[in-house]
Amino acid sequence: MAEPMKIRAQMKGDSADIRVLMSHPMDTGQVKDAKTGQTIPAHFIQQVIVSVGGKVVVEGQIGTAVSRNPVFGFKVKGVRAGDKVVVSWTDNKGDKRSDEAAIV
Amino acid sequence: MDKLRRIVLRGIGSGGALAAALAAGVLKPTQVLAAEWNKSAFEAKDLAGALRGLNASNAAESRDILFRAPDIAENGAVVPIDISSNIPNTTSIAVLVEKNPNALSAYFDFTSGALPDVSLRLKLAQTSMVKVVVKADGKFYTVQKEVKVTVGGCGG
Repeated sequence: MAEPMKIRAQMKGDSADIRVLMSHPMDTGQVKDAKTGQTIPAHFIQQVIVSVGGKVVVEGQIGTAVSRNPVFGFKVKGVRAGDKVVVSWTDNKGDKRSDEAAIV
Repeated sequence: MDKLRRIVLRGIGSGGALAAALAAGVLKPTQVLAAEWNKSAFEAKDLAGALRGLNASNAAESRDILFRAPDIAENGAVVPIDISSNIPNTTSIAVLVEKNPNALSAYFDFTSGALPDVSLRLKLAQTSMVKVVVKADGKFYTVQKEVKVTVGGCGG
């Protein structure tokens, strides 16, 4: 199972800066294993959903071109310190992970 | 009269049935659910195909999209980019890398207070144009920048 995400959500002026670090190999399916010569199958996050205070704010779809251990930054206004930020992802093998943090 | 009826029926029999189903909303082409992964756009092998998958083939150049990316990336596996749109009512941002095996890299929809602003890290197989496509009020706008890569992001 995937490692927990690191989520940092901070008020800056009237909007919140949300930064997320996900732990994922993001294999493209185009790289060969140096030892075995076998192609490493594609394994990558396809969907990212960010919600604040129970409302979905960002829905992302991503492909294999996003770097390993993806980092995303978003900005959301109309939120307050203390609001709960929930980030979840789903990958192409159906693995999921959801983590939360409060805005500070 | 009867002839017309034949033609109409034949039309429905072939492509017509699918078109009717689309119109009725039974089959939505790209989004069965709100955020179904856009397979046709993500698996397109070239920029034109990916843009077609996003229905954004006729995006207009715009200076109101702020797009920051390095001029030269020493490591193509991690290229940080930063995008924000000043176009009113921006609802989505897509990032495409022209020379990657699959051009479309990421696509974001913004709702309920999210600012059209995103930063992420991309893999670039080689030196390439990186294109940002923004959707605002149902129209598409674009901006692009070349990023030179000294070490590719897709090597073994």
